[in-house]
Amino acid sequence: MYNPQLTKDGKLKHLLTIEGLPRAILNQILDTAESFVGVAEREVKKVPLLRGKTVCNIFFENSTRTRTTFEIAAKRLSADVINLNVNTSSQSKGETILDTVDNLTAMHADMFVVRHAESGAAHFIASHVAPHIHVINAGDGRHAHPTQGLLDVFTIRRYKPEMHNLRVALVGDVLHSRVARSEIHALTTLGVPEVRVIAPKTLLPKDVEKLGVQVYHDMDKGLKDVDVVMMLRLQNERMSGALLPSAQEYFKCYGLTPEKLLLARPDAIVMHPGPMNRGVEIDSAVADGKQSVILPQVTYGIAVRMAVMSILAGNSE
Amino acid sequence: MTTSVHNLPDAESLLNTLTSKLAAYIRPDTAIVGIHSGGAWIAEKITPLLRQSNPESELTLGVLDSSFYRDDYNQRGLHAETRPSQIPFDVQDKHILLIDDVFYTGRTIRAAMNELFDYGRPASITLAVLINRGGRELPICPQVTALELEVPHHQKLQLSRDADNRLHFTLEENA
Repeated sequence: MYNPQLTKDGKLKHLLTIEGLPRAILNQILDTAESFVGVAEREVKKVPLLRGKTVCNIFFENSTRTRTTFEIAAKRLSADVINLNVNTSSQSKGETILDTVDNLTAMHADMFVVRHAESGAAHFIASHVAPHIHVINAGDGRHAHPTQGLLDVFTIRRYKPEMHNLRVALVGDVLHSRVARSEIHALTTLGVPEVRVIAPKTLLPKDVEKLGVQVYHDMDKGLKDVDVVMMLRLQNERMSGALLPSAQEYFKCYGLTPEKLLLARPDAIVMHPGPMNRGVEIDSAVADGKQSVILPQVTYGIAVRMAVMSILAGNSE
Repeated sequence: MTTSVHNLPDAESLLNTLTSKLAAYIRPDTAIVGIHSGGAWIAEKITPLLRQSNPESELTLGVLDSSFYRDDYNQRGLHAETRPSQIPFDVQDKHILLIDDVFYTGRTIRAAMNELFDYGRPASITLAVLINRGGRELPICPQVTALELEVPHHQKLQLSRDADNRLHFTLEENA
């Protein structure tokens, strides 16, 4: 089947979504990221792979953290980096996405890291760019955020190497979450046998079971004996209409407190893609507790993004 | 001394040759670094022997995978199997014994040296290999060699390790 992310000989050219990628490619990214973790601990935290290449972070939607980690990743690979917040630049003057992309191509950019509020924006750009350009989806609407999904499974693999023997629960606003979709695809592709989603009906997409997950509406049942708890951010800014009674009510039912965490396995790890709403989806005692791996997720995010960029940039038609 | 390609040398006896030649290079501030994968296997085997004969030296051991420094990245992309480099000591002012299995063009060694310098400034680097097969393309050359063996360009000389941790050389036609 044709996959716009792959070259004719099956190598990763763009990273747009984890859905449909073979396990071997995911493992190659995770294994390569292992090698990049050590680079950050050396005296010179740079390798020369992308020397002479230009990476453009094109953010049609704001995100300080994701943009910063992509920027650090590109710089540690010795690339030159240009950050474009299109919100505040040409698009507000009426320029189309493709005009923006064409202009950056004329400036000899080699890689685009794209975030956009509309699902499919990164695909659209990838299908129009010149053949030597690589595109990374840094989040498109509700659709996908593949590097976040990859850094999450990388973090899990570091703490729980036996992926084929894990019980993982995603808790919260799955409906609006591109992170959740990417996490689910990554976990199932890598052979995690039991992936649960825990959420009220109003925050679950229709037919979520078809993604290969088990659905729980009761958090106490859903957390029972899990090895990994992946909290999702309550996406206030995407919430239109009355999906929830109130943030307090939500915290009562689906907030992760130390008491609820006791239901999971005693060595369970707690993850969150950030930014956290403390007291809404996660209690501070858990977020800052000893089972939390939320900050290691950020650190590993850089190594995973370095791996993705260096694999893509080396794979051309 | 040049041996003909028809009878491949025994890697284990070359290891002994290399170990005895290296004894003279060990100082209190020497560290050993093997290049993935063949060089790392050799370094793993000879380090305990060198420690025995040089008890006054700490002789720490590290491994390098120079994939991120290779000069063929733009042509061939990232190596499919990269492994983490592990340098568990401060490179600054150390005398480094850099170990590889086969010396050929010198490009791997250039990449490995560039990587080493990103850990710190070593006092010196000495390159030691089991076989120098000829064909270097850079002004880099091993100081310590167990065997000089001319191998034609169309053939690939490779070190492998079996289940009993024994090393063997194999010779294949290039694809």
